[in-house]
Amino acid sequence: MAEEMIVKELDQVVVRFSGDSGDGMQLAGNLFSTISATVGNDISTFPDYPADIRAPQGSLTGVSGFQVHIGAEKVFTPGDECDVLVAMNAAALKTQYKFAKSTACIIIDTDCFQKSDLEKAAFTTDNPIEEMGIKNDVIAAPISQMVKDCLADSGMDNKSMLKCRNMFALGLVCWLFNRDLTIAENFLREKFAKKPAIAEANIKVIHAGYDYGHNTHSSVAHTYRIESKTVNPGKYMDITGNKATAYGFIAAAEKAGLKLYLGSYPITPATDVLHELSKHKSLGVVTVQCEDEIAGCASAVGASYAGALAVTSTSGPGICLKSEAMNLAVIMELPLVVLDVQRGGPATGLPTKSEQTDLLQVLFGRNGESPMPVLAATSPTDCFDAAYEASKMALEHMTPVILMTDAYVANGSAAFKLPNLADYPAINPPYVPEELKGSWTPYLRDAETGVRYWAVPGREGFQHILGGLEKDNKTGAISTDPENHDLMTRLRQDKINKIPVPDLEVLGDKDDADLLIVGFGGTYGHLHAAMDEMRAAGKKVALAHFKYINPLPKNTASVLGKYKKVVVAEQNMGQLAGWLRMKIDNFVPYQFNQVKGQPFVVSELVEAFNEIINK
Amino acid sequence: MAYTAQDFKKGQPRWCPGCGDHFFLASLHKAMAEIGIDPWNTAVISGIGCSSRLPHYMATYGMNTIHGRAAAIATGCKVTNPNLAVWQVSGDGDGLAIGGNHFIHANRRNINLNMILLNNRIYGLTKGQYSPTSPRGFVSKSSPYGTVEDPFRPAELCFGARGHFFARAVATDAPGTVDILKAAYNHKGAAVCEILQNCVIFNNGTHDNVYSKEGRAKNAIYVEHGKPLIFGENNEFGLMQEGFGLKVVKIGENGVTEADILVHDAHCEDNTLQLKLALMGNGDGFPVALGVIRDVDAPTYDDSVTAQIEEVKATKKYHNFAELLETNDIWEVK
Repeated sequence: MAEEMIVKELDQVVVRFSGDSGDGMQLAGNLFSTISATVGNDISTFPDYPADIRAPQGSLTGVSGFQVHIGAEKVFTPGDECDVLVAMNAAALKTQYKFAKSTACIIIDTDCFQKSDLEKAAFTTDNPIEEMGIKNDVIAAPISQMVKDCLADSGMDNKSMLKCRNMFALGLVCWLFNRDLTIAENFLREKFAKKPAIAEANIKVIHAGYDYGHNTHSSVAHTYRIESKTVNPGKYMDITGNKATAYGFIAAAEKAGLKLYLGSYPITPATDVLHELSKHKSLGVVTVQCEDEIAGCASAVGASYAGALAVTSTSGPGICLKSEAMNLAVIMELPLVVLDVQRGGPATGLPTKSEQTDLLQVLFGRNGESPMPVLAATSPTDCFDAAYEASKMALEHMTPVILMTDAYVANGSAAFKLPNLADYPAINPPYVPEELKGSWTPYLRDAETGVRYWAVPGREGFQHILGGLEKDNKTGAISTDPENHDLMTRLRQDKINKIPVPDLEVLGDKDDADLLIVGFGGTYGHLHAAMDEMRAAGKKVALAHFKYINPLPKNTASVLGKYKKVVVAEQNMGQLAGWLRMKIDNFVPYQFNQVKGQPFVVSELVEAFNEIINK
Repeated sequence: MAYTAQDFKKGQPRWCPGCGDHFFLASLHKAMAEIGIDPWNTAVISGIGCSSRLPHYMATYGMNTIHGRAAAIATGCKVTNPNLAVWQVSGDGDGLAIGGNHFIHANRRNINLNMILLNNRIYGLTKGQYSPTSPRGFVSKSSPYGTVEDPFRPAELCFGARGHFFARAVATDAPGTVDILKAAYNHKGAAVCEILQNCVIFNNGTHDNVYSKEGRAKNAIYVEHGKPLIFGENNEFGLMQEGFGLKVVKIGENGVTEADILVHDAHCEDNTLQLKLALMGNGDGFPVALGVIRDVDAPTYDDSVTAQIEEVKATKKYHNFAELLETNDIWEVK
């Protein structure tokens, strides 16, 4: 045994849990991030699921990963490469090693590196470490066997015992990072409240993993500790972007005093919003899983007419199908939130992967002059605020609103400080005042905002007909009058232009940056991390990140015109850059475009941005 | 409150003179007045097409939406506010071609909608193309050599989608139309009313055999629950079961008496014979069945949604957003 081990202080660390889809890596990763968050570390996580539902066990296509980034201060991304890689079988090592730093510590379960495992993972020799040229520290532990030994007296069958392997790995990682196991114990007892035997078995195995590390000191020189440097007191939970989005809608409906209606159709990666909202019937949420994407949106338009906060959720291919009904909401001027959780395209594309390729579709993909506000959430937790704001905007301005997220933000998670609804702004839909009975027509507008009033069926004396045909501004009757159509087109546009949005904020070296980084939506974390890294290296860099895309913040032109060099970095071929060039005279940015279906890699951003500065 | 048809009327219809939609509209006004639901608690939702102009002539709430989507839009409306009486109006193109998917699913889910299908077997607003109910060989602008496809028979779609209510009337037959509209309203669940309606411009005469009172006396049978299926100018014919099908018999001939005639059962869960009635009259020697052909009770979607919410509310411990947050794994940073 070695002497008392050295504990190294770290500012941040990235741990990647990987194994077969059935190995429980998501749970292990989630628990580790929660344990870390509980002691005040910041967390950012990202699951990497295989596309196949049940790939053959031990196969290369069946590997599932879960990456956790924890930091003493704010962390913006789940991290490019990991400091610790847990590989529960040979296939995981084979596919996930590329995500490990050269200095990373690798933990493997040697029991799953047997001949057949190696064959399934397409190794050609019986020494995978050597075959892959791995020079890292490797903790090679017979995890499966130790789990079985640990649970020998439990009366569990072999299969059930092996389901606890993930907890052994978690215990080992907890030892490596000097984590307190009582938090994990509490979580497991709560999670398996109805199956206390399972909870206790898992807890026993976590301790076994921890003790194994402690007793053997494994093959590492030291363990680590990450102290929290900035403490923001309060209650927290771990939340994914999709769940935060669902919560945002629930919060907005409650604030507005309206029924929440979701019309939806299953589509990756948006389906979790449907799942989440379907659970909350005790809050009166109505979810209708429709016959198609079209009906998802059309039924939401009907729900809006009937007086609900109406939402339809989908991904890019669904937007294609919903466009017609979205347009109906534009011309009828009814509130509606359309959630687009972007994925790789075109067509079916890359259903589980992330892109920002729907921007121009949501801005322009409809017939006629069809202006619609567009918001893009910037992080998993920002999905909550963005969903709330999109709902408020729709209800108060009587318009469909697009809320964009993406697979990365939707599936990623972060520590979420529990919001207090009382702190959020009121939502006041423009219900038609009772005194207008008799004189009211459907397109009578508030003089200042240009917003028409809302008369919900059931109110006596306000019966009216809306529809997809152009209407006379004064009477609300069908009209093909040229002057009236021109007027209505302008009124609909003006109404959107008048929606107030916060100014664009500039972060970093806002007064003297040599390069302004510009992005939108889910790339915020990566762009921010790239800026931080460059500034730490002495560069003068700033970041202006768009959350409000239509209408653009009022100060957009002045911000973008202030810097010598501007780069628009986005996960598409230049859609935001194109939109900004359309809106701002003489704006000619540099562009960084990547369409790989994967989150940006911070080191690649830094390299590209440095190159632009040095030009 | 007692209403008259006038209370539901608005504006001046712009359909062609003689169009069957005029007749239907008058019957709808009358039926709504007799049903007695307030105009402000009524919503009429249509798609696009000649007949879908109808909401503009109603003093109720309403929407004239987009092509084919009326049933889906009406679904969201009804589920959100089950207290509204929701009428969905579509033509054969709107309801069965572009909107076919929504038509069958509204029936399958059994949304409490009154679904009006104005069937003139033609696209009128786009000026005369064959529709999904046009007969095989039908010559139109888009089928100058005749169509090479078979039509839908709306009842088959409704029954195939497990619909629980199907009725039929001829647009010119005001009492018959008012009767089925009231029956549709009183039926809890999706209630399909097929209205046989003439397009004087592009498909004149398509329902000639039953369009006049005399024609109906000869070529139609009014079906009524619990009554024998008797028809003919002098009530001399009846329907009897034969093997797997029906046959027309003459009462008094071959020893057939009125007691032998099949008695209509609109409430029968098994729709086999109801479907046979609904499909009669396609040049097969059988009369066209009018009236309520199927009317079977079943749980409605909107009631079930509401009931489930109440049930879950009673069992779950969280009832607002703040309480929802507390259901998660929470940690505190001090």
